[in-house]
Amino acid sequence: MKLYDVAELAVRNLRESVLRNSLTTMGISVGVASLVGMLALGIGLQRLADRRLEKSGLFDTVIVTSRRELRNFNREREDNGPSPAESPSLDESARTKIEGLPNVLEAYPDIRFVTELRYEDKPHLTTVAGLPFSARNNDAFDGMAGGFFSSATAPEVILQKSFAEQLLGRADKDDENIKVEDLARDLLGKQLVMRYAERTATASERNDANNPAGMGYSVISREQTLKIVGVCDLDPDSLRQQARARLFLPLEFAQNLHVLQPSDLRDTTNVLSGKLTYTTVEVRVRSPKYVQSVEDAIKKMGFNTFSIVDATKNLRQFFAVLDLFLGIFGSLALAVASIGIVNTLVMAILERRREIGIMKALGASDVDVKGLFFAEAGVMGVFGGAIGVALGWTIGRVINLGANIYLKRQHFPPEQIWFVPWWLVVGAVAFAMIVSLISGSYPASRAARLDPIQALRYE
Amino acid sequence: MIATAGDDLRSTDSLAIRTENLCRYYQMGEALIRAVDGISLQVRSGQFVALLGQSGSGKSSLLNLIAGLDRPTSGSVVVEGRNLATLTRQELAKYRLKTVGMVFQSFNLIPSMTVYENLELPLRLAEIDREKREDLCCQALDRVGLRARIRHRPTELSGGEQQRTALARALINQPQLLLADEPTGNLDSHTGTEIMNFIREFNESLGMTVVMVTHERALAESYAREMIFLADGRLVQSQPPASADDLETMRGGAR
Repeated sequence: MKLYDVAELAVRNLRESVLRNSLTTMGISVGVASLVGMLALGIGLQRLADRRLEKSGLFDTVIVTSRRELRNFNREREDNGPSPAESPSLDESARTKIEGLPNVLEAYPDIRFVTELRYEDKPHLTTVAGLPFSARNNDAFDGMAGGFFSSATAPEVILQKSFAEQLLGRADKDDENIKVEDLARDLLGKQLVMRYAERTATASERNDANNPAGMGYSVISREQTLKIVGVCDLDPDSLRQQARARLFLPLEFAQNLHVLQPSDLRDTTNVLSGKLTYTTVEVRVRSPKYVQSVEDAIKKMGFNTFSIVDATKNLRQFFAVLDLFLGIFGSLALAVASIGIVNTLVMAILERRREIGIMKALGASDVDVKGLFFAEAGVMGVFGGAIGVALGWTIGRVINLGANIYLKRQHFPPEQIWFVPWWLVVGAVAFAMIVSLISGSYPASRAARLDPIQALRYE
Repeated sequence: MIATAGDDLRSTDSLAIRTENLCRYYQMGEALIRAVDGISLQVRSGQFVALLGQSGSGKSSLLNLIAGLDRPTSGSVVVEGRNLATLTRQELAKYRLKTVGMVFQSFNLIPSMTVYENLELPLRLAEIDREKREDLCCQALDRVGLRARIRHRPTELSGGEQQRTALARALINQPQLLLADEPTGNLDSHTGTEIMNFIREFNESLGMTVVMVTHERALAESYAREMIFLADGRLVQSQPPASADDLETMRGGAR
């Protein structure tokens, strides 16, 4: 029989006992829906985690320090590579070289200092850090009130929530729920006066760079007025732990202030040679998977590095296991459904014994009969798969909707925790069809083996 | 005993069916049932043969062997030059499709299908193009006068109409052989006569070889040109009907 005829006969046979076959098909679709649902949940959660990680900047960041900086993040590695005294200094040319490495998005110096700020004539002490302009996509600014810096050199600041509370004198003790919006209403557009120590080289020193002995630099106390443009809820600087800043300036602006850095004193000899060195350079990598290679390349240059790359590896493994388990649970329902297919088709053989006998007497070959039963199983599989995907998708939409209503009540931004990629749609329908065909193979071969004389005698 | 149905014994080139020492045994628990037990016979092309015998004489078993629905335990059955015992299952199915048309006592139409769909089924199996199928179905239905019933289901037809549909279906792939197993067994005598007239017409105008199983001697005598009697799976006697016209051929036809 031609394929088209087989399919047409299969559909018309299925329509003959609509109720039973549609119940079987519903069984398949429930199985597929649960499989799609479980996997979509796993995929959605993984995407959510990936996006969070990517935006947090934790996992695509490499922190570079000079070996000269003896207070390192990972001391045990100091044994390898050049000794601190012979290692290169982390200056502008090194930064440019690092930025030129493959898969590096940007490398910027970490400007960070403790200083005094005056707000409405009251002094406050905190750590200030420069933020690169690219940080505006950082996840930490998701729930921010106000806006990001208007330009990379604007005299503007973004406050961390806890510092904003401090400025307004609102201690967050008994009431945990002070909203950033409330803080921002009182602070946005207001001015802060920052007092800092500027390091300036004197003209006479500069003339003789080859003879650093006897050179010096002067430190001048300065004041800078800053405009508050944003208050952020989360902590964009969490990687720094104790050293984390609560007030952020545009990085370029901060660099131009030439604030005296703590390392300047320690590294006096280098500073005096006229070369500006950085304590730390932060390197942003295109994707977490390149972190290791970038780290290796920077180490080869003679610097120390630090990243949290291993954490992502564990996280991915966790999601692979989660997906596996969700998939197994989803497949269980499909396995039950496939037993339904076997049952339906075996019953159909008993019911249609005579029909099979007639077909064989008329000249149907084993292949024809087998193909017909196979096609019936396949048609149920395709329909069941398609309905199941639609069902799973709908359930997912409903759960997304419910989850987002809950998140909104908790003052969190909406999230897509349920994600159905196109390959899951195609894969689920194909999987349903394959499972159906496997389930149909036993009934089909049993029908094909039927002895026509026995079948025709059967009344 | 060898029976040859036909006038000329010597011309074997026009033999439609030839069986040699054909046996079909069934094991039923301890007992061995010898349904067909060493039958040798020959049927010439275009002949109309009746297989007669009591219930359990093996006539239907013999017909099933000729139809390729069953395989012999031993011996051979050669139809249109092909030994069915040596064909594969696939080849046997093709033989049933192209060479044989069958009608049964219980009509054996598929109840869920309309008259048209029942007729279309062998055409689908033979992979006939969709456009040709309708013409072929209509032609076959015209031949049995059932064109008006084309969209009806078998349950909406009388017994005679159902058997006419079955006849049309048996003809649809233009087989050389028409095998009928008690075709009038479920019909009243008037309708039975009608069906038998159709079968005779196919035999005469289309030149089909007809082998009909029946236990009604009168029916066989009025339509068949040769009668083969069976008892206990063996050939008992082979003779043409005892009508005056055929007395002459009787002597030459049986040995």
